[in-house]
Amino acid sequence: MPDLGKYAQAVLASYAVSIALIVAMIVVSILRARKMKVQLKEVEGRIKSNG
Amino acid sequence: MGSIWEYANPKKFIATTDKVLPWVSLLALVALVGGLVWGFFFTPDDYKQGSTVKIIYLHVPSALMAINVWIMMLVASLIWIVRRHHVSALAAKAAAPIGATMTLIALITGAIWGQPMWGTWWEWDPRLTSFLILFLFYLGYMALWSAIENDDTAADLTSILCLVGSVFALLSRYAVNFWNQGLHQGASLSMDKEENVADVFYYPLLLSIAGFILLFIALVFLRTQTEIRARRMRALLARERMS
Repeated sequence: MPDLGKYAQAVLASYAVSIALIVAMIVVSILRARKMKVQLKEVEGRIKSNG
Repeated sequence: MGSIWEYANPKKFIATTDKVLPWVSLLALVALVGGLVWGFFFTPDDYKQGSTVKIIYLHVPSALMAINVWIMMLVASLIWIVRRHHVSALAAKAAAPIGATMTLIALITGAIWGQPMWGTWWEWDPRLTSFLILFLFYLGYMALWSAIENDDTAADLTSILCLVGSVFALLSRYAVNFWNQGLHQGASLSMDKEENVADVFYYPLLLSIAGFILLFIALVFLRTQTEIRARRMRALLARERMS
């Protein structure tokens, strides 16, 4: 860990907030993509089976 | 090699992006982690700004993306208006939350950086103010998409909003040049190497920027696929209800 001196709080807060936002954006995008894939398959399957 | 308009076909778009997505994601991860680790652990403090200079590896790439994501949305919106390709409208829709997140990161890291350097979290400086307005435009754009049920009407109206918001995207970029006032300094990166930050900060910054760009590409591919599937599902459900 580098010595951040008197600005440690500012630097660490910037990294913590930014990384948290980026990770949240990635996780939300992946979860929604998976959910939508499954839901679409279900609907397509239902429509196919109903003719 | 086929025409670029082939990718306006939703099936072709999903098939192609499915192939490249793992590679773009891997490159994004390597560049982003590499740039941030290099910048945070292996660069010296600045003689004026001390260790706060390490915030540059987050602040500059996110600010750059905040503006350029809107420009990408503008191009996609224009394609929708002129050629009526659904994929382009859905790509603009998919990009908006990413742009909003990037703008938020730029605003937050800017405030955290500004406090020790300028003695204030916020100032109604031209660049800061235009960035805040750009963030509000992102929120308005997303709200408009979710407020309108008909996809084509939503695409039409959000495209117009995107055209209007482009003024603020450009203003965010050039505000420092337009008004030679305010706290925010000039661009950290320029085509003129003399104006750039010192090499020791410049190279990890470039890697970090590459990471942010690649992350955006990977996310916009994934989210556009999701929007295409969501649109298809809505169409199928509507057809099912009618029959």
